Amino acid sequence: MAKKLRVINHKVVLNRSAGGDAGITFFLSILGVFMFLPMVYAVMQAFKPLDELWIFPPRFYVVNPTTKNFTDLFRLMGTSWVPFSRYIFNTILISVVGTLGNLVFSSLAAYSLAKIKFPGREFFFQTIVLSLMFSSSVTGIVQYLIFAAFKWLDTYLVVIVPVFCSTLGLYLMKQFMESSVSDSILESARLDGASELRTFFQIAMPMVKPAWLTLIVYSFQGLWSGGSSAYIYSEELKSFSYAIGQILSGGLARAGAGAASSVVMMIVPIFVFVISQSNIIETMGSSGMKD
Amino acid sequence: MSQNTAVKQEESKRPVSRKDMTALQWTLKEMKRNYLGYLFLAPFYILFLMFTIIPVVLSLFICFTHFNMLEPPKWIFLDNFIRLFLEDDIFLICVKNTLIFAIVTGPASYLLSFFVAWFINELPPKIRAVVTLVFYAPSIAGSVYMIWQTLFSSDAHGWVNGTLIKLGLIDTPIHFFKDPTYMMPLCIVVALWCSLGTAFLSFIAGLQTVDRSLYEAGAVDGVKNRWQELWYITLPVMKPQLMFGAIMAITGSFNFGGIVSALCGDPSTDYACHTITHHLGDYGGARMEIGYSSAIAMILFFMMVGANQLVQKMLAKVGQ
Repeated sequence: MAKKLRVINHKVVLNRSAGGDAGITFFLSILGVFMFLPMVYAVMQAFKPLDELWIFPPRFYVVNPTTKNFTDLFRLMGTSWVPFSRYIFNTILISVVGTLGNLVFSSLAAYSLAKIKFPGREFFFQTIVLSLMFSSSVTGIVQYLIFAAFKWLDTYLVVIVPVFCSTLGLYLMKQFMESSVSDSILESARLDGASELRTFFQIAMPMVKPAWLTLIVYSFQGLWSGGSSAYIYSEELKSFSYAIGQILSGGLARAGAGAASSVVMMIVPIFVFVISQSNIIETMGSSGMKD
Repeated sequence: MSQNTAVKQEESKRPVSRKDMTALQWTLKEMKRNYLGYLFLAPFYILFLMFTIIPVVLSLFICFTHFNMLEPPKWIFLDNFIRLFLEDDIFLICVKNTLIFAIVTGPASYLLSFFVAWFINELPPKIRAVVTLVFYAPSIAGSVYMIWQTLFSSDAHGWVNGTLIKLGLIDTPIHFFKDPTYMMPLCIVVALWCSLGTAFLSFIAGLQTVDRSLYEAGAVDGVKNRWQELWYITLPVMKPQLMFGAIMAITGSFNFGGIVSALCGDPSTDYACHTITHHLGDYGGARMEIGYSSAIAMILFFMMVGANQLVQKMLAKVGQ
């Protein structure tokens, strides 16, 4: 398979002009620098000692890197009356359960909307697309009343359950199911006696692996950096990012810890992203099994 | 023989002709035959009904009322809308700002996401993974865009101000996020900086599911360069992802507000960056005029639906 791919790539390259390649590389480099420099600066800030943070004229790079900002941050974490491990536990619980639920609920629904031809599916899908365009800030009050009726206020459920019906994830999965899962394969699986659930898990889902890996990255990242809600009042149920925000509201003296915290906050989503990307690359070779 | 039974099964499953029965009969039969579809959709849709449809439908009703959460809603029909357009000066500023943000950042972020994804797609896998991370990193890490606040800080310790002063270009620091001349362009730059998000990832994933034999066939059929290949092969196959990306760009650019509040404050100086989302939050969250804010939401909704119609029409022309 790998060999065949390379040959095809070779043919594709034949259609490429050297000038175009150079132009694209130039464009990507300029854009890459623009995207990357602020990120580098954010990391630099985290390793700057206090006198370098406030030096004039300001320096982009760090001269005497220190981990003091990180130790400061962890010391500050240690002083909170709710043990910091609890905040981390909350965030991990919410991110993992929310992401898994989102994945299962929206994949099943997307499969049914894209590949099972039941009456009314167009209507269901249109309501979902239209709802994407409705500002979520207005629906908050009614949502609050619904949470209250279920006695879900001040539990993890107010964060986790609405993620299960995230329309964005469903839309993403549905679009991929439509474009990359061919009806003929599903039809032959059904004729061979595979149940619909088995067709879904063993045939459709492997074919849209890039889509659900994307969904996992996006959903996890959202929950990781948010993960709290105005409807959670108990301190011990609040999230990691909320607790970090509290620490940083300490002002200028905590500028160093603040810079360190933005690095700490991005490590886990980037880790998840890198793992999922390496999986996408692995699946590339198998995407030829369509016919 | 076995083929025969298969055909028979097929016949018993599928009505021979739709004309043999009434529309209702046919629909019922199809519903029964595909009942699993409803079963698969149910877990998602029941929650969706509860947490999205019911709130949206209720606010459809509330936008024609005066409602402050304390008294029962009072029916005032179109008064909210009349007030919005005739009396509320700030609302018109919001519409203008929202349209500027949407028209600049929407198409720009969409095209940027697609073209970067497309360019990267031809790199060798390992390098591609690294480059993807470079472009995606700004949107992965929550509120890392706050680094722009540090870079463009309004005192001499901000990197941009400090450098400009050192070079002798300015004497006093510029208040980048408080001065209306700089606020809007800067917010647009920051928005574009973190615009390679979910749509970008879905484009990358979509490009990877394109069947490679199509390119091969295209090369044989006389595709001369990468742009023809893009227009005649890649884009038509990518249409589902393109539609997804379009929705993302529309909702992202019309709901633009989070970055502005974080960088310029809410409300921003002279309402120079006040968007419909801010106005909505102001009336819904701070002033408790729920009816009025529902009316604002309704207008924003129709703006997005209109933009979506326009974009879908344009996407229908792709590859022709």
